[in-house]
Amino acid sequence: MLLSIQELKVAFRLGERGAVTLVKAVDGVSFDIPDNTTLALVGESGSGKSVTAMSILNLLPDNAQRQGRILYQDQDLLQATLPQLQSLRGKEIACVFQDPMTSLNPVFTVGAQLAEPLVRHMGMGWRAATRQAEGLLAEVGIPEPKRRLDSYPHELSGGQQQRVMIAMALACGPKLLIADEPTTALDVTIQRQILELIARLKEQRRMSVLFISHDLGVVGEIADQVVVMRQGTVREQGPVAAIFSAPKDLYTRALLACRPSLTDVPARLTVIDEHIQGKVSAVVAKPKDPAAPVVLEVRSLAKSFFLREGLFGQREFKAVRGVNFKLRRGHTLGVVGESGSGKTTMGLTLLRLHEPTAGEVIFDGRDLLKLSDAERQLMRRRIQIVFQNPYASLNPRFTIGQTLLEPMMIHGIGADGAERERRARAILAKVGLGEDALGKYPHEFSGGQRQRIAIARCLTLDPEVLVLDEAVSALDVSVQAQVLNLLKDLQDELGLAYVFISHDLAVVRFLSDEVLVMKDGEVVEQASATALLAAPTQEYTRNLLGAIPRGYRGERRSVTTG
Amino acid sequence: MSAVLTTPLAAAPRSEGVWRTAWRRFRGDRVGMVSLAIVAAFLVLILLSATRLVASSWQREVGVPNAPPTLLGPRPPEDLGTIEVPKGPNVDLSDVDPLAPKYKEWAERAAKMKTEEIPRAQTLPLGGDRLGRDVLAKTIKGTEISVFVGVLASLLATGIGTLLGAFAGFFGRKADDFLEWLYNVFTAVPDILLIFAFAAVFGRGIGTVVLILGLTGWAGVYRQVRAEFIKHRGREYVRAAEAIGASTGSRMFRHILPNVSHVILVRMSLLVVGFIKAEVILSYLGLGVPVDQVSWGTMLAEAQAELILGYWWQLAAATLFMAVFVTAFSLMADAWRDALDPRLRGAE
Repeated sequence: MLLSIQELKVAFRLGERGAVTLVKAVDGVSFDIPDNTTLALVGESGSGKSVTAMSILNLLPDNAQRQGRILYQDQDLLQATLPQLQSLRGKEIACVFQDPMTSLNPVFTVGAQLAEPLVRHMGMGWRAATRQAEGLLAEVGIPEPKRRLDSYPHELSGGQQQRVMIAMALACGPKLLIADEPTTALDVTIQRQILELIARLKEQRRMSVLFISHDLGVVGEIADQVVVMRQGTVREQGPVAAIFSAPKDLYTRALLACRPSLTDVPARLTVIDEHIQGKVSAVVAKPKDPAAPVVLEVRSLAKSFFLREGLFGQREFKAVRGVNFKLRRGHTLGVVGESGSGKTTMGLTLLRLHEPTAGEVIFDGRDLLKLSDAERQLMRRRIQIVFQNPYASLNPRFTIGQTLLEPMMIHGIGADGAERERRARAILAKVGLGEDALGKYPHEFSGGQRQRIAIARCLTLDPEVLVLDEAVSALDVSVQAQVLNLLKDLQDELGLAYVFISHDLAVVRFLSDEVLVMKDGEVVEQASATALLAAPTQEYTRNLLGAIPRGYRGERRSVTTG
Repeated sequence: MSAVLTTPLAAAPRSEGVWRTAWRRFRGDRVGMVSLAIVAAFLVLILLSATRLVASSWQREVGVPNAPPTLLGPRPPEDLGTIEVPKGPNVDLSDVDPLAPKYKEWAERAAKMKTEEIPRAQTLPLGGDRLGRDVLAKTIKGTEISVFVGVLASLLATGIGTLLGAFAGFFGRKADDFLEWLYNVFTAVPDILLIFAFAAVFGRGIGTVVLILGLTGWAGVYRQVRAEFIKHRGREYVRAAEAIGASTGSRMFRHILPNVSHVILVRMSLLVVGFIKAEVILSYLGLGVPVDQVSWGTMLAEAQAELILGYWWQLAAATLFMAVFVTAFSLMADAWRDALDPRLRGAE
């Protein structure tokens, strides 16, 4: 047994001087990681999975208290001294974290960052270390490794940065790799590549991997053993086949059910609580009215950014070009593409949060792009946007009440304060939040709740079109299901039209009627959602479809090397 | 880290506001509370002095020149007997003195005048200066002027810096280029030269000192506020405010400003400390407060000459007051920063 965790308990001391409270994060977790095995820890945010993993090398903040036993090759790591731990960190047990952009130092070249641990830990000379670094880059599948040694992190894409992070983790030949949500910040296609890379490296190097994720679909593709955690305790553990084919725990079953699938599209997704209570939603999807009036029409929309080059010159970067679509009332247009494909820029241009370079946006018979400022202010009400990151899109210094009242005040909706407040309460109820939310600040809410508040803010203005810019991408799968259901309910009730931007085709499929596939600022494929999934014409679309994690499917795809 | 540790919150109708939360956090900080008490005590003292309830007669010469502090006791009478006082009657010069006939008349007139001799104290609580003025009263009066100058000047500098920084950071491009140019020109000129230049133009007086310090001290605030605004203008909550139609001014000052207020507040408190010290230097150089007023700076300037003669108490009093106030103020500002920074708050 490589690593054995026995009855691990972690609690955090919280509160300021005087009143200290202990908050339990992990409450009696036990599992074993054998040699050459991938063990996955699955759970929602707050389930204690990261805390468990970080306990192994004691990478927790100072206010954490640990109890139990963590045996690494029969050495109890909870009793180990700091120098003992430091000799293990990086050398025996290595870590890869979620966000590769912030894990690399921007002022050093990739080569220097890779060679440093080799020089420090392995006692190599700089020249030997650089040669070794080149080999590592080749191993993690970075093209032209020799040239890339001299690149700075910002010259690499997100996926390549994560590959470099993995190469750094592998530098000293660890026996255990801890990967903490290594693909959550990445697109589905890149996620697929990284998953394959980790699986291949595990085979080649005969090491073990502790893989942490909130998404059972991802886990099913890579894990040998699965541990499902909720609220600091283990709900179920076992081999991956057993977990997927015959889940015993209700929570595991609920987790499996709440991910939107490509094959069948239910009217609503199953939410964890409903599933556990045994409720089956019997809502039948309302058929869409194909003759509904067109609310938004976009003709050959383009947006260029001009980058300064040389002393006076500038280079045109075409972020979006030639986008055409029609959006009917109560319908959803899905926009799919990898990051950098221009889909977010397109969404922002619709609201004129970016000034478009060319094209027409016809809203209610008028060109949005030719309006005067005063007319534009009126139009603002009718087309609204929900952003990706619910933690950043609400002003931390405003109460929810202030956040909801402000747009109504700006646009003079409601006769007086009391009426506006009544409206705010009604809208909060509509998005599934209680009235007591009005007086609270954003930091008191979870990610999913904050996204509901962001949606509520848009609803205060009675918009006709909502642009949802990766609105569910930052959320856990289980929370994502709730928000998607909410969006669908709101659409049915209020007849909203959505422009739904996402990199995940499965999510887009659940909500959309028509889908635009974007690549490098251009629309490569445009079809109804069912047609697109049944018969994608473009290679790019097929790649996007193939990249969606499907969970465990009996036999594994053979791992390609090279 | 995926573990979000949220403490259960009571379903109160309205949660604690930003300021109330900050105050609750501040109250838990013992050092902060002590320094707040000291600063408050100083403010009370200044209020009393400004309303002429204490130290209004600081200009009266109540003690003997350079009276020592009470603690040291009266100075032993100096041995003046180097020249022996001649004994016996004075030599009669009246036959050669041309003024002799007038002496009698003068003596009569002098008898009609009445002079009031104030009994001069031998010792004063914190000693006396070279004219016999009470150093304690002087220091209290000096505190009023010095702190007033420091606070007012820092308000002015922070106001200018915040406004310019907000414009440069929020709008970028041309506005930023212009303001950066202004900033560079301002910081390129040595501070003391700039201060001399302003002093020469505006003349002498407290108002001038405030104006000079305010106009020369905004650069640091400007730079920091600009950086914060650049950081915040691209944040999604500001974008979201734009999407709901919030005006430029509202986005700048209703949305962003409260989120960077902790930075500004700390910067301002540092300026208060810096300006109090700058006033001392200005007054010491003779560009500060007028001669009929007193500040810590003028006291230090006087102390220089006294120190050679061994009269150290004026220096000690001014330094002690200044050190206590400045230290307490800095610690208080530090505690406020910790209390106000949203990132440090509880479960986040």
